[in-house]
Amino acid sequence: MAEQVTTTGGQVIGYRRENCDPPYLHPDYAATRTRAPKRPLILLPHTLSEVTGPVFGHEEIGPLDHDLTRGHEGEPLGERIVLHGSVLDGDGRPVRNTLVELWQANAAGRYRHVVDRHPAPLDPNFTGAGRCLTDDEGRYRFITVKPGAYPWRNHDNAWRAAHIHLSLFGPAFATRLVTQMYFPGDPLFFQDPIFNAVRDPRDRELLIARFDLAGTVPEWALAYRFDIVLRGRDATPAEE
Amino acid sequence: MRLPTPSQTVGPFFNIGMPGQHAPELVAPDAPGAIEIVGTVVDGKGDPIADALIEVWQANRAGRYAHPEDLGLADGFRGFGRTETDADGGFRFVTIKPGPVAHPLGPLQAPHLEVSVFARGLLKRLATRMYFPDEEQANAADPVLSSVETARRATLVAREADGRLRWDVRLQGDGETVFFDV
Repeated sequence: MAEQVTTTGGQVIGYRRENCDPPYLHPDYAATRTRAPKRPLILLPHTLSEVTGPVFGHEEIGPLDHDLTRGHEGEPLGERIVLHGSVLDGDGRPVRNTLVELWQANAAGRYRHVVDRHPAPLDPNFTGAGRCLTDDEGRYRFITVKPGAYPWRNHDNAWRAAHIHLSLFGPAFATRLVTQMYFPGDPLFFQDPIFNAVRDPRDRELLIARFDLAGTVPEWALAYRFDIVLRGRDATPAEE
Repeated sequence: MRLPTPSQTVGPFFNIGMPGQHAPELVAPDAPGAIEIVGTVVDGKGDPIADALIEVWQANRAGRYAHPEDLGLADGFRGFGRTETDADGGFRFVTIKPGPVAHPLGPLQAPHLEVSVFARGLLKRLATRMYFPDEEQANAADPVLSSVETARRATLVAREADGRLRWDVRLQGDGETVFFDV
């Protein structure tokens, strides 16, 4: 079974390194102080190991996995929303059939998780997890409820701006992304160090969904659109 | 060109959202050639990190990846696993040792796992690699390991301990694990 690897198979086209990511160390976010590496990262020119990554199939996704308001006895409390958008690469091309995972607090700002001790009610009809694969145009769509803000102990009277966590794989190890989506006009932005760890206000805008009247379902749900852009690809094989 | 969406931390509650893919066993523990890899994730104070998520991505025994740009899923080995750390910062994977993998410069890369570390307090993932202790020659010739200063290379190589491989991850401080800009 063992196939001989040929050296010509080693030629790869890498992924571009431009990004809008926050630094590892952002002292206002207290947990970074003991978790951010102190040594500089070492540049790893892409090889086959970085331009490949796990592939997920439709058979792994249940028909209701994108709908966080279903699967329980009743409907969750809160403001029902459609969260949808496109997953694109850095050149604006759709990223097809890629796994999008989502998790969030309920409408009261409480996670269904043992370490969440915020004294806000759990909702028996809301777990707060969903996933889907993007379609042939790179689109994804979730039905959920708008999460509440919640306090945390990062600093005095600290509150997280309302957000939804999103995890994406894209086509390669190099394109792996975990991010958070925020809602437009949130009054808590100014004091949220996780949001503000992205230093450039222009880049922070990339984390904010926009209200999408066209995506609403009349008499049923408001909609927010959040496009996600993964890294683009080099035009030519990596320099040798 | 479009600006990539910025990274944000996974926070402490990620395991709500990633249960279906919880997969510390890439092969069954009784599969031929199965190896167990264990380790601990610690922070800059040496304290265990009980809320880290570790993902691994690796080639099959022949050094080929289950991906359309390589071999595909020819032998059914997917090569992806992930797990969260326990209360003591510990993690465990069961997998097979991958074969050597092609490299753009010609010589093969030593067998290795691609590893992502996510946690509360990490605003973006940390990417690293784990190499195998019984591959001294291949490790010495590996172009990626060779790009790391000699004194720090050991942080990327597992060690044998009681029939298992042990590989600890230190995010910060003395003996800090080498992390890559991928």
